[in-house]
Amino acid sequence: MGSLVNTISPDEQEAILLTLGVSLRAVGVGLPLALLAATLLSRAFPGRFVLHAFVHLPLMLPPVVTGWLLLLVFGVNGPVGALLERWLHLRLVFTEAGAALACGVMIFPIMVRSIRLSLDAIDQKLLQAARTLGAGAFDRFLSITLPLAAPGVLAAAVLGFTASIGEFGAVITFAASIPGQTQTLPLAIYAALETPGGEAVAARLSIVSIFLAVAGLGIAELLATRTNRGKTR
Amino acid sequence: MILTVEIEHRYRTGGISVAFQAPSPGVTALFGPSGAGKTTVMNAIAGLLHPKHIRVELNGLALHKIPTARRRIGYVFQEGRLFPHLNVLRNLQYGFTRAPHGPIGRDDVISLLGLAPLLARWPHTLSGGERQRVAIGRALLSQPRLLLMDEPLSALDQARRDEILPYLARLRTAFELPIVYASHALDEVMRLADTLVLLEAGRQRATGKLTELVARVDLPLAARPDAAGVLRGKIYTHAPDRGLTCIACGADILWVPMVAAMEGTDVRLRVSAREVILALYEPRAISVTNVVGASVCALAALENEHAVLVELDLDGGGQLLSRVTLDAASRLDLRVGMKLLALIKAVAVELQPE
Repeated sequence: MGSLVNTISPDEQEAILLTLGVSLRAVGVGLPLALLAATLLSRAFPGRFVLHAFVHLPLMLPPVVTGWLLLLVFGVNGPVGALLERWLHLRLVFTEAGAALACGVMIFPIMVRSIRLSLDAIDQKLLQAARTLGAGAFDRFLSITLPLAAPGVLAAAVLGFTASIGEFGAVITFAASIPGQTQTLPLAIYAALETPGGEAVAARLSIVSIFLAVAGLGIAELLATRTNRGKTR
Repeated sequence: MILTVEIEHRYRTGGISVAFQAPSPGVTALFGPSGAGKTTVMNAIAGLLHPKHIRVELNGLALHKIPTARRRIGYVFQEGRLFPHLNVLRNLQYGFTRAPHGPIGRDDVISLLGLAPLLARWPHTLSGGERQRVAIGRALLSQPRLLLMDEPLSALDQARRDEILPYLARLRTAFELPIVYASHALDEVMRLADTLVLLEAGRQRATGKLTELVARVDLPLAARPDAAGVLRGKIYTHAPDRGLTCIACGADILWVPMVAAMEGTDVRLRVSAREVILALYEPRAISVTNVVGASVCALAALENEHAVLVELDLDGGGQLLSRVTLDAASRLDLRVGMKLLALIKAVAVELQPE
């Protein structure tokens, strides 16, 4: 491993750090929203199916289509993109923030599903008990639901982070592949394979990807087993 | 002070309809087999279920109009429902910190229920009996106006039940609190209840004082093998030379094997229907200690079991139940209104403090 680290070039390091930063932002912004969506989806309300379908769309669509839809909405002339540019001077297309947005949208359904699993595992009878003990709806969410779902929420974050590292289609469509700005690991690997003699670079970055993916999966698994413990009473 | 409950509810497989009043404080037992609708009534009172019609009033306060989370009805569930992510102390605190300041103190509850050694433990490490004690404590500390207990002992084995019953009996008197207690175990009900509501398939079969209903031969209770009469009395005096304690039940005097309790203590006596002997004349040279005058209030024959159930009004005021053979009933020519003597062995009286 030591020799691998030593042979990684500054450009490659930049790609790795960029990827980690983009994924961190994707999870950081996406997780609270995913928690909100999962909470909404775990109860019955009119229009529930519409939200359900909307949240899960990126999972079903080809990533290129998702990226293109993002361009339409968040592009410089898109309805949301134009407003962001005018009011916040925030440009998403072809920027690092845009890459984070594309990753966040792609991993959103994964995080929602993982959180919902842990929300559904919570015994509703505990919430009834809390209610008779004087806890209102928001109080119950903070004092019972959230702590009991916490391992699942953490697992969602890790899973989302890991999946985000591997996003390709939506990122390249929406944010392009600009080294140092939007060229995350998979884009860098693809670019290296396109370049004559780039196999060594691709191999090194691939090993890093595999390492990150396996580590993320292991942590998520560990958190998932913790969720299932001590929840029967 | 009175508790009024009226509930009507329909669901796919049937419906439920109950209406009763009970003195407060006091223990009202909802008694009936599984599926009789006990939990439905409890959930409706607590506000976890919204039936078609509901009225729950306590001393004039319409509890059913208060939102569930602010209704302050303590609910002890069958399975405890302790919060798995909080230790025992924080489970106890859950309702306490959310309730307005009230008369039920933390230290009182901890000592009454013997919770001190458990405070730092986690719910999954507790035994079934310990878990129920914590659940009771948690409900009490939420300063409830009314305490609901839904079969709190049914998930426990006999040894654990015997461990908790004394705590429940103490609860009756320690806090001035009306309690509604659902159970399908007659012995629990006979030990704890003041008022009895008999439920059968969602219908209310009878409501009244426990001591009166358990002796009624027209109700299914009297035909059970564990049928018994319940008397309430006071320890009148001890007779150490005879090894007996004298108890005043209304105007009657009953002797029981000597117990270590102060004179004046309120007690509850239980006499199995099979242990009450009937006689027309005062027997002589007989081991039975207690001979009390009574009159036959009602009779019911159990043809299949060749037995007759006799509801007795004691001259001193209480009610007892006697189960005799068909043969004995015909030999004595038992008839309603007849005066006779009830013979009760001192050792057959089960005594418990109120």
